[in-house]
Amino acid sequence: MLGATVTGLALAPQRSRADDTSPAPAPAAPVRSAEAVDIVLQVNGSPLPLTVEPRTSLLDALREQAGLNGTKKGCDRGSCGACTVHVDGRRVVSCLTLAVRAQGKAITTIEGLAVNGTLHPVQAAFVAQDGFQCGYCTPGQIMSAVALIEEGHAGSDAEIRSWMSGNICRCGAYPNIVAAIRDAAQEG
Amino acid sequence: MASIGKPIDRVDGHLKVTGRATYAAEFALPGLVHAVLVQSTIAAGKITGFDLAAAQSMPGVLLIITPDNALRLPTGKGGSQPVKGPLLQDHDVVFNGQHVAVVVADTLDRALAAAARVKVQYRRDEAVTDMDAVLAQAYVPKSFRNGARPADSRRGDPDTAYQAAFAKLDATYVTPIEHHNPMEPHATIARWEGDRLTVWTATQGISTAQRTLAGHFGIDPAQVRVICPFVGGGFGCKGNTWPPVTLAAMAAKMTGRPVKLVLTRAQMFTSNGYRPRTVQKIRAAAETDGALQSLRHDGFNLTSQAMLGEFSEPVALASEFLYACPNVAVSHKVVATNMSLPTYMRAPGEASGMFALESAIDELAATVRMDPLAFRMRNYAENDAHEGKPYASKALMACYTQGARAFGWEGRAAGTRATRDGNVLVGWGMATATYPTNRQSAAARVRIGADGSVLVQSGTQDLGTGTYTVMSQVAADALGVPVSRIRFELGDSALPHAPVSGGSSTVPSVAPAVAAACAAAAGKLRDMARADPQLGWGDVDASSLQVQDGAVIGPDRRIGIAALLARHGQSSVEAVAESGPGDEKKRFSLHAFGAHFVEVRVDAELGEIRVARYVGAFDIGRTLNAKTARSQLIGGITYGIGMALLEETHVDGETGRIVNANIAEYLVPVHADVPAIETILVENQESRSNPLGVKGAGELPMVGVAAAIANAVYHATGVRVRKVPIRIEDVLGSA
Repeated sequence: MLGATVTGLALAPQRSRADDTSPAPAPAAPVRSAEAVDIVLQVNGSPLPLTVEPRTSLLDALREQAGLNGTKKGCDRGSCGACTVHVDGRRVVSCLTLAVRAQGKAITTIEGLAVNGTLHPVQAAFVAQDGFQCGYCTPGQIMSAVALIEEGHAGSDAEIRSWMSGNICRCGAYPNIVAAIRDAAQEG
Repeated sequence: MASIGKPIDRVDGHLKVTGRATYAAEFALPGLVHAVLVQSTIAAGKITGFDLAAAQSMPGVLLIITPDNALRLPTGKGGSQPVKGPLLQDHDVVFNGQHVAVVVADTLDRALAAAARVKVQYRRDEAVTDMDAVLAQAYVPKSFRNGARPADSRRGDPDTAYQAAFAKLDATYVTPIEHHNPMEPHATIARWEGDRLTVWTATQGISTAQRTLAGHFGIDPAQVRVICPFVGGGFGCKGNTWPPVTLAAMAAKMTGRPVKLVLTRAQMFTSNGYRPRTVQKIRAAAETDGALQSLRHDGFNLTSQAMLGEFSEPVALASEFLYACPNVAVSHKVVATNMSLPTYMRAPGEASGMFALESAIDELAATVRMDPLAFRMRNYAENDAHEGKPYASKALMACYTQGARAFGWEGRAAGTRATRDGNVLVGWGMATATYPTNRQSAAARVRIGADGSVLVQSGTQDLGTGTYTVMSQVAADALGVPVSRIRFELGDSALPHAPVSGGSSTVPSVAPAVAAACAAAAGKLRDMARADPQLGWGDVDASSLQVQDGAVIGPDRRIGIAALLARHGQSSVEAVAESGPGDEKKRFSLHAFGAHFVEVRVDAELGEIRVARYVGAFDIGRTLNAKTARSQLIGGITYGIGMALLEETHVDGETGRIVNANIAEYLVPVHADVPAIETILVENQESRSNPLGVKGAGELPMVGVAAAIANAVYHATGVRVRKVPIRIEDVLGSA
């Protein structure tokens, strides 16, 4: 099923030039401001050195600076859950977390969930149950679901619905997401 | 071997669950800088000046574009789509939240911070922000359905029949402004190389975006490339090419840098359309036996000032044909206000219109003391009386009966407030769903490699609708290979053209093109085999040669595609095919159908309304993938639950400002709002609608949901609510 690949990666992989024919634009290192802070985040088990401003959210640091685009920005106000990551094992919305405050903590993003290319059981269950359509809320749903199972909140469909209600899916895949979490929880 | 219809997993599922699917804002370009929009804080007037000193002096700010220095765009071009502005070409303000400036800086934080420091001076004019107050000034839209038909219609004599009939209903139904709120905010990255423009943008229509941008910048469409491999939800708001796309390209041209412009969630409420508020007047009448005698449906929708374009919500079209009724009249008018331009939102026309019609039908059924389902069956239309044509196919009766059986509808109590569970009033409601089957011309290219791999390409889109997956299935079956051998590419204007993904038309349009291209490629292989003297198939009829399992199979033996290509010194065989509508629209009325059955539970004291149980039965023609189709159906029903009970955009009458422009106060369904949903795909195989007999499934399932829920609330409480969303206060006191 997964033998088919899609245009996106072929056209322009993340963190690489969008295509090879472009002339190099002017050098574009952002101006370093007086408030800039050099930090090292621990992301998916590896150190990630970054220069951020105190106001920079963990979400923007991941997406705009580290090129870790798996974590999504849906509202930037903590209302939708698309940016959910794990910080020291807890699920948090990275849009309301300052990057500088995340130093010294273990951060896990969707990119860090699969081990050596093997999907985490929750990821596999999402594929099997079609727990998504457009896929944009999916990393947040999955990060929430993994934590929810570890929290012991997957005891019933009603409990899953309640504890997943911070993660909005506008495509309306909710029944399939609940089924995926139920399956993954039982498997674990 | 056949994969069509099977519930196979999404071929792009792995990318999506690992975070590797790349959306518009996520392409990394060297030298990329960030643009942020500044929006007006008045609803009508003129910009008299800017104070940019503070913003310009902030670190990292590269450019601030205002109407004073914006690139002048050629006028009268880019007219291939209905959105005309605002594009910073003048100083007029016609709605609150209108783009008035663009700030470009080297980081997102800095662009956002500087945008907040831009000061705008205005001369403020009187604004119209309340549609209902100016309903008398409604006018007939200038270009209803792009001029394809008049805005009104009539058959028989509805007024006389109304007067004469036994049971009468004269009621007004209201639906609010709703916003699509896809989870992915609209985003564009624009880059110029000389006079060539490349944009990565979240769009439901790469071809339209290409044409519109070419028009705006006065260049040839061939100089514009639009790339969009994944769309994080669209629901209609990414259908047109809205001004932020052009403004991103303008900023890139003016700075000489690649520019990324991502809307904030708040800006999503004034930048790319919304479902307009509608006021719908229905006058209907039936005889004592339930026979519908007269139906009048007059729709009014809110729109913007004409300079931004025109949008008409075709609410009453289903009333023309859905029921057998000898006397029917419909009309559509629009009301200009100081709001941004509305647009298509999931099931435009039908979603709003069928709330009114299917509520009215329920009211009439109650008046003549008939079961609402029996009433609908009594008025079942075997033919489309408006168009005077047979339906290409209509399995609505099967939807009614199979849905009712699965739900247990026969156990429904006849009266209202008849079922109580402790403190909870229980009600059952149902409604019909219908949505047109649309098809446009599309093209596809197929390349079969010597190794048996198959590359299929079409410049279409996948909004989460499953395009990648179902097109892979169509190609796999057409070529007799497993789906895993197919690679389907879309989302690039350099590929063969395909229409905008709207009107549930992607599958009916693109699937026939994919099938035709595969057939053409297979035909080339057959011709190659017949021309091969060593095979001795020269006299064999082409139809007795089959392309399957990576080989051409003849009457006596088979030859592998690799061997065949090698013998002809080719590494691959390629074919392009185009497929478009035939005369099916002239011969038939083309629609998909469905039936909703829902149980609501209403707290008798608190008025809290919960959807407890749901069955939907649908005739979507042939199902290409049972798994992704079901996801479309539950997704549409969920969208409908939002419309019924949660969603409403509130506009402050004084300022014209949207006061709940965020996803916490604009309520959308969350996990806890959605029960288990049973979906039934009613068997319906035909090829009259289009070669594959597919009707589209994206919009149909949300049509009628709001009415089914309103009807269930009535059954539970005895309170008829003629507007959505239905809120606690609407049923409070019903205990």
